[in-house]
Amino acid sequence: MSEGNNKFLENFKKTQLYRAIFRTGGAPISTHKQRILVTLNNVFLHLHPIRLPKHAVKVKYTWCMGGLSFFVFLVLTITGILLMFYYRPTVEYAYGDIIDLSEQVPLGLMREIHRWGAHLMVITVWLHMFRVFMTGSYKPPREFNWMVGVILLVLTMLMSFTGYLLPWDQLAIWAITVGSNMAGATPLLGASGPGASLLAIGDVNFVHAASDARFAMLGGRFVGEGALLRFYVLHCIGLPFVIMIFMIVHFWRVRKDGGISGPT
Amino acid sequence: MESLKAIINAACAPEIMFTAILLVFFFLFPPNDWFYKASKKLGLNKLWTKNGGIGIFVVMILFFAFGLSDDNFRLIVIKPDNVPIVGLLFLVVFFLWLSLKQAWENDKRIEEGKPPAEADDAKEKVLVWPDLVYIELIALVVISALLLVWAIGLGAPLEEPANPTVSPNPSKAPWYFLGLQEMLVYFDPWIAGVVFPTVIILGFMAIPFLDNNPKGCGYYSVKDRKMAVSIFLFFWLVLWIFLISTGTFLRGPNWNFFGPFEYWDPHKLVALTNLNLSELIYMIILKRPLPENIFLREAGGFIVMGIYFGLIPLILAKTFLKDVYQRLGPVRYSIFIVFLLLAISLPIKMYLRWGFNIKYIIAIPEFFFNI
Repeated sequence: MSEGNNKFLENFKKTQLYRAIFRTGGAPISTHKQRILVTLNNVFLHLHPIRLPKHAVKVKYTWCMGGLSFFVFLVLTITGILLMFYYRPTVEYAYGDIIDLSEQVPLGLMREIHRWGAHLMVITVWLHMFRVFMTGSYKPPREFNWMVGVILLVLTMLMSFTGYLLPWDQLAIWAITVGSNMAGATPLLGASGPGASLLAIGDVNFVHAASDARFAMLGGRFVGEGALLRFYVLHCIGLPFVIMIFMIVHFWRVRKDGGISGPT
Repeated sequence: MESLKAIINAACAPEIMFTAILLVFFFLFPPNDWFYKASKKLGLNKLWTKNGGIGIFVVMILFFAFGLSDDNFRLIVIKPDNVPIVGLLFLVVFFLWLSLKQAWENDKRIEEGKPPAEADDAKEKVLVWPDLVYIELIALVVISALLLVWAIGLGAPLEEPANPTVSPNPSKAPWYFLGLQEMLVYFDPWIAGVVFPTVIILGFMAIPFLDNNPKGCGYYSVKDRKMAVSIFLFFWLVLWIFLISTGTFLRGPNWNFFGPFEYWDPHKLVALTNLNLSELIYMIILKRPLPENIFLREAGGFIVMGIYFGLIPLILAKTFLKDVYQRLGPVRYSIFIVFLLLAISLPIKMYLRWGFNIKYIIAIPEFFFNI
């Protein structure tokens, strides 16, 4: 069977279609030069350098955590898109749609994969930071990329935080209530934060429960319709957009700063 | 069995657990030469060998296996949203071991005048296709399988529909923010929820500029960068992972402390005997009423803060941190010490609370300004 398969594959590689898609053409990847060309000629693989010092491919050095974070992010994007087909971010429908997701939708596993993937991504991002620190990889010339990494870590947690509200169950709204109450305590900008009462002319307060940082975050005085829509938009469009930009910079700088760190 | 559980419950109380961690921490993760030698002398670095790793792993497994036989323990640990944190605990310990094993091995090589193991490996160059690509592929397949099994085996949690009028007790933030929520015990929301997160983010971003030791880049090592590793691990293991675990597993109704084998009783009574520094000074020591004037009333607190952030950095620059001051220069040292003092203020506040029931050092509730 494998003989036939090989034959088919060999023939397929000779077709105009195959050669049109893969720049290397159909030649078998066996020589040194062809192995180099594979990386060079593929948009996804060319994120990599052509060759690496051997320590840099060892799992005990890299822990694979950076790459896995990116991979889990892709998994989350795909499952997230599928979830968006079924989910309506309104107080009326949100909870019911979540139930339907597991009970009515074929392959109703997407929410599980999405939720556990989100937790997994937080964990892999943290462990990636841990590895980068333990190998001293933030040292020059990689200072800026470490800073971008910290921002990516924060964005990852914000992505997870905004997604936490969407099932619209007790767990969700009270977790977000606890979290957003902290925004209300922002110095000067939060109604219950220090100094907010100083921003007033006479009896007119500028910072109050309907104009402070918490209100901006929730789109209301409490976690309700406005907050659900805001978190939904941030979760599905806003934060992914920002995180993608930082990821592009992050990956590009890994290469520009001399690839993965190593002893000099 | 029950008495063992009672002992573990008592030992997990934040004040006892945290003190125990503080006592062993710097021997496990030495910040300077003295601790480094002590760590070696005590044989603590043997933890970071193959046998040590197996030992740690066996102890953790035994603890969880023993724990799972207990109803109260099982109830909290098996909660779907808590499962990732159990996984995180094992992963953190594993990767801590993995990094320190390589670090101590490299330290030994460097002492013998050899380059770190990574340098030996780095002499050889390999091609990305196939040497890296197949590792990536395997990693992707493994993680996909893990995620799939996890998703099939454990349903995503879904509680009752949202009801703004019924608040669950305890109301917990998502687990990765529970370290911040745990800090709420000791600080007001504007510090625990706003100032500290900002400081943590800025502090982490500042690391490359505050650690200007050129050694220790691109290989695992403790000896070449003892202080950096020790400080970082203190943040990461104690102020991050430990606080999150406490917030997740040991905080029950009303955010009261509950041991791992304790029933989460919503009616557990905890005496609230906290008082502010101003009350301690005026009412208990001087035995007179609090002054009307806010600044007079809180003068003690302002003096304490002034000494803490004004005088202590100067003293440290001349004494314990003399080397650091010389290496960093005045500007970087100032930034470094402010971050460090802010971080240390958390344990200090913890002990003030546990030891003296101090709630606020400066308390101006008129402006929501409580420290």
